[in-house]
Amino acid sequence: MYPDNLRYTKEHEWVKVEGATGTIGITDHAQKELGDIVYVDLPKVGAVVETGKSLGSVESVKAVSEIYAPVSGEVLEINAMLSASPEKLNEDPHGEAWLVKVKLSSPDEINQLMSAADYRKHLGEA
Amino acid sequence: MVDFGGWDMPVQYSGILDEHHAVRRAVGLFDVSHMGEIEIQGPQAFELVNLIATSAVAKLVDGQAQYAGLLYSHGGFVDDILIYRVNPQHYFLCVNASNQDKDYEHIAAQNRFDCTVENAGPRYSQLAIQGPKAAATLQKLTATELAPIKYYRSRDGEVDGVPARMARTGYTGEDCFEVFFAPAESERLWNKIMQAGAEFGIKPCGLGARNTLRLEAGMALYGHEINAEITPIEAGLERNCDMTKEFIGKRICVRQLAEGVTRKLMGFEMTGRGIGRDGYEVNVDGTPAGWVTSGGPSPTLGKNIGLCYLPTAAAQLGRTIQVIVRGQPVDAMTVATPFYKRAR
Repeated sequence: MYPDNLRYTKEHEWVKVEGATGTIGITDHAQKELGDIVYVDLPKVGAVVETGKSLGSVESVKAVSEIYAPVSGEVLEINAMLSASPEKLNEDPHGEAWLVKVKLSSPDEINQLMSAADYRKHLGEA
Repeated sequence: MVDFGGWDMPVQYSGILDEHHAVRRAVGLFDVSHMGEIEIQGPQAFELVNLIATSAVAKLVDGQAQYAGLLYSHGGFVDDILIYRVNPQHYFLCVNASNQDKDYEHIAAQNRFDCTVENAGPRYSQLAIQGPKAAATLQKLTATELAPIKYYRSRDGEVDGVPARMARTGYTGEDCFEVFFAPAESERLWNKIMQAGAEFGIKPCGLGARNTLRLEAGMALYGHEINAEITPIEAGLERNCDMTKEFIGKRICVRQLAEGVTRKLMGFEMTGRGIGRDGYEVNVDGTPAGWVTSGGPSPTLGKNIGLCYLPTAAAQLGRTIQVIVRGQPVDAMTVATPFYKRAR
């Protein structure tokens, strides 16, 4: 369920690092907890996000949830598909429904994040 | 599961949207056993009920139900309730779970009449069968003919051999039946109703869908649209107040009807990008003016809707207001309620 090539936060975000780019999303656990997702609010391309600070929000029918940046960097791209089809976040949170791509400003930050095995343990699944 | 007034309640089973659509298109089943029941019985039962309830209790016939406010003398809501007349000496009240003890004490304190007041919650379970296939589902389990039971009427009979009160009442804006019976049979009747509704695609439904459905139907929820500081006139519930009789809290209602109110409950639709939610501030012409009582996405309409209190001067249809969503004002427009009305 939780791919080994992603790194995870306690707040249920993930990041995938490819070279100097980090792709950020929310985990399957997060989408399940939220339920039917109806709205995604993302930063603009060029915005600078900072580790642990809000980078946007995800809203389900019942609640709003902040998304915290798992890494710092400048937003290179946002997933435009999510504005028309926010429900994709319920269907493929680790793949097609990524949220933003950032240019990593401190690539070392990734070492502070959990591996898939640690995240599963954090969820009490290990 | 969430804690809801001391009850462990499921927010959702298959998902709020799935459950919501099942109720609008076919049928859904809600376990609402947390709701409270109060029985008032005796030769002067009418006198007590008529004093504590805002509605025209005298107009009820046996089996009929009526929505009413239970008010403090200062006009705020103790609770909102459904009154069923079982017979002229027996009234059955369905009240909100978290208010039942407070309601009981409020009513018992007014009882200077020849009747008894019983906090009967523990004696009843309640299952709500809601949706266009509600009657067809329940009919398979009862010999009582359901078709002649009109909206807001009830009949006593049996559901799969269990003595039950079957009421055509609900909180979703759809056709509906609510069934009251002894708690020992809850699990068995739940399963029986699920089986009976299987051919229609019945879904078990939780608190999440209950909230989206009642909001579309423009129905008040205690603690949101109404509370101890809000009067029925402000909440747009004057049609549920019989101003020709006496009732507790009437004086302020009379004054507000004569002099007008300072705030009014209004429906709104978001026109900008964003969802107005419970408790969000509302601006009128750039100034803080009110608050959202309930808000969220409407699965049936595909819009973001809500209810809010606005100063009376701003409480007109078609007015642009701003809901403060995460610190940003987002445009919305006042609209008529209910947001959704079923075709009859």
